[in-house]
Amino acid sequence: MRNVISLSAGAIFGLGLLISGMTDTAKVQGWLDLAGNWDPTLAFVLGGAILPMALAWRIAARRKIAVTGEAIPAMPAQVIDARLVGGSALFGIGWALAGFCPGPAIAVLAWGGAPALVFGLAMVGGMLAFAGLERLRSRVALPA
Amino acid sequence: MLLTPIPTDWILGLTGGLMIGGASALLLLGNGRILGASGILGGLVDGTGSNNAGERAVFLLGLIGAPALAVWVFGRPESHITGNLALLAVAGVLVGLGTRLANGCTSGHGVSGMSRFSPRSIVSTLIYLGVGFATFYVGRHIAGAF
Repeated sequence: MRNVISLSAGAIFGLGLLISGMTDTAKVQGWLDLAGNWDPTLAFVLGGAILPMALAWRIAARRKIAVTGEAIPAMPAQVIDARLVGGSALFGIGWALAGFCPGPAIAVLAWGGAPALVFGLAMVGGMLAFAGLERLRSRVALPA
Repeated sequence: MLLTPIPTDWILGLTGGLMIGGASALLLLGNGRILGASGILGGLVDGTGSNNAGERAVFLLGLIGAPALAVWVFGRPESHITGNLALLAVAGVLVGLGTRLANGCTSGHGVSGMSRFSPRSIVSTLIYLGVGFATFYVGRHIAGAF
């Protein structure tokens, strides 16, 4: 059951990314091009996505547990630290340079050819670099 | 174009957006999981998500498979990916590293976090949007790199 839900969510998410135009880097970079021929589509995508989720959080607050019995994840500790700020900034730079965030970058793998594969592999490389940094940090026992 | 003054792209954007939010709602209310593309993939890549690797893998299978099927049936859409592989490699590393450091991306922070008014997610979204705007401005209008 959990796998069926997970597979369905992935499929609907992927089709939503495709239909909304988020797998087209020109739509994303058009949104970022405030000084050029600005394309507001991304605002409709984000707005459209937030609506059902705002409703889902209200339902989740009442039910406390998911259909499969798992607890609804609590709000994480709200620490605004250098990792959050710096990580978001690095992500913003990469996002603008290529026009891909992680979801569309994965969805486009099937038809994006070699360039999509290069971005995808580099993204996995960046994630491995993060894991390496984490290991390094735990070894030298720096405070979190 | 439709006969209305509303651009088709905006309607498609809203429709696709509702599906993205619907998928996030399904995963939250069904499995008690937050739909975050970078977190789901990242947990598989570094092994921190090994206790539910199967769920992560089938999510990615759906994420790749469903659009692949749609593209196979209806034809390949334009993705306008740059052919500059060095630029793509640098951008990919930044996106992978940055989203793991920030613990979220456009889906986890932008959709799931913002919709529950998480301060961390709001801060993250404002930063990657702001830095994205600035980077694109410098890259296109000053450096003329793309």
